[in-house]
Amino acid sequence: MPLLEVDNLTVEFATRRGSLRALDRVSFSIEKGEILGVVGESGAGKSLTGAAIVGLLESPGRIASGQIRLDGGRIDNLPPEPLRRIRGRRIGTIFQDPLTTLNPLYTIGRQLIETMQTHARMSDSDARRKAVGWLERVGIPAAAQRIDAYPHEFSGGQRQRVVIALALCAEPALVIADEPTTALDVSVQAQIITLLKDLTRDHGTSVMLVTHDMGVIAETADRVAVMYAGRIAEIGPVAEIIRNPAHPYTDGLMASIPSLEHRVDRLRQIDGAVPRLDAMPDGCRFHPRCPSAFARCTAQQPELMAAGATRAACWLHA
Amino acid sequence: MSQPHRHTMEAVAVSHRFDVSRPWLQRLFNGEPKRFLRAVDDVSFAIPTGTTFALVGESGCGKSTIARLAVGLYEPSDGDILFEDQPLSSARAQPALRRRMNMIFQDPYASLNPRWRVSDIVAEPIRAFRLATRPNEVQARVGSLLAQVGLTLRDGEKYPHEFSGGQRQRISIARALASEPDFLVCDEPTSALDVSVQAQILNLMRDLQQRLGLTYLFISHNLAVVRHMADRLGVMYLGRIVEQGPAETIFRTPRHPYTRLLLDAIPDLEQIGRSRTPVGGEIPSPIAPPPGCAFHPRCKLANDRCRTEKPAHIAVGDVQVACHAVAEGRDS
Repeated sequence: MPLLEVDNLTVEFATRRGSLRALDRVSFSIEKGEILGVVGESGAGKSLTGAAIVGLLESPGRIASGQIRLDGGRIDNLPPEPLRRIRGRRIGTIFQDPLTTLNPLYTIGRQLIETMQTHARMSDSDARRKAVGWLERVGIPAAAQRIDAYPHEFSGGQRQRVVIALALCAEPALVIADEPTTALDVSVQAQIITLLKDLTRDHGTSVMLVTHDMGVIAETADRVAVMYAGRIAEIGPVAEIIRNPAHPYTDGLMASIPSLEHRVDRLRQIDGAVPRLDAMPDGCRFHPRCPSAFARCTAQQPELMAAGATRAACWLHA
Repeated sequence: MSQPHRHTMEAVAVSHRFDVSRPWLQRLFNGEPKRFLRAVDDVSFAIPTGTTFALVGESGCGKSTIARLAVGLYEPSDGDILFEDQPLSSARAQPALRRRMNMIFQDPYASLNPRWRVSDIVAEPIRAFRLATRPNEVQARVGSLLAQVGLTLRDGEKYPHEFSGGQRQRISIARALASEPDFLVCDEPTSALDVSVQAQILNLMRDLQQRLGLTYLFISHNLAVVRHMADRLGVMYLGRIVEQGPAETIFRTPRHPYTRLLLDAIPDLEQIGRSRTPVGGEIPSPIAPPPGCAFHPRCKLANDRCRTEKPAHIAVGDVQVACHAVAEGRDS
């Protein structure tokens, strides 16, 4: 049984002009110890999917239909208190900006100790020893002294390490990492990615890695879900998605990324822009920008179907 | 017609310091001296007319400060910036020269006035420099500028908020082109955009360069984007250019340890599932940079000389490198 199953998840926002559907029947699963990359451009619904899983959808957003199951048990319909216990204990979260995740008024030691003691009974001295251990594991130098420092006393890269320690210290089964390296410089980004990969491998943790950076995904993920306009366009093993994309959107996305290896005269571009929530095209949501669209694409919405080694929501593979 | 210039823009030993001292009274009480941040330290480069010179580096390396120096938004503390062989300050005093340089900014959400219609935003430089005065003339110019960046005159009736990020960056480019410049400083022009839109803007910028013979100073932290755009390249670390030369040469055989680190740190699509041993450390504070070579605390090749003596630029083929290890042949 997969650790996480997301089944036809639909998220809607109520507005004065009716409800807007931001996620439309999104389904995927994550196995134990697996890293699933979720990519897509802004507004594709990547972060919203993560927020829905941990029950942090902001009003007026709500889960309109579908199920989210962790270890076979539904977590999408839990009351706030049990959900809060799952969040942190079973599911850890890492967000883009480490400054907004950490409380600036508490030392990082206090935040780590409080997190661990919320989710497991342990003495203060035990918790403190463990906290120092976590800081060492994420590579904070002189952890035993630095544990009493405040977030502002750390650099950006170190803060993100502390956030990772905070997400992992309760030893959750699943970590949702939303753009964990986007705010960091590339040399520091490489350190953080390696750290995240090593730690999750050592602890058998599953990760949902949300990012717009395909390079990060290529290096980190086992499988990839490509999202477009609130739906999954394609999902499959990372090497297949990158080398043999089946969906024209994935194909265009890969070709539009400038390469370090060779220089081309013109980058392939996807013309047009992502449609707005209140003006979704009929049929396949990508058809107005799709170079291979035909009559069926404008009329009927494709569901995920087998397409070589991946699954793609595209009538080319029907 | 004036003589054609070999270099559109040149920086000669330019430095720029910011005063980051605490208020006078506090300094007086604590007996502190003034403190300066050396954002740009002894930087020299020249941009051949009609080509793209790119500056790359991580945050705090001084690349945006150079962008601002290059169009005269800051005055250099030391050294000179030349525009077509004239000092920038005197070039900017002449409207005929001033209109020939312009800037494209990173954030297309912050750089357009939300209360103005797009056609007024694009028409402003035309009116300011009196390139056209009669309303229908101005209108015609705005129409052709919008067409050049892939928009229509009807888009000109709208306000910036009605456009997506990529379209707004097109508007910024149309406005930058309105004064008929030869030299554009582009500070992270695609960093706020999604990759599919980034490709549209980069293609557009290269088309315009070919069609109009533009010279670009292109600033970015994204090496893959730089590789796509640059003819010549400068790699910056803590205010200095540590390596510069033809972009192809540097990408093929990076010399400076920092350039190698940068190229190696980028996650690449072609290396699926790569495991690596990342370089430790972070960029030190530019207020108190390390002595000697600023990169030595993170450099595997550093020795005592690197810790005490600032390396000068040496020529290796057509590339300039500031590294003792390269100079002494310790780098292989």
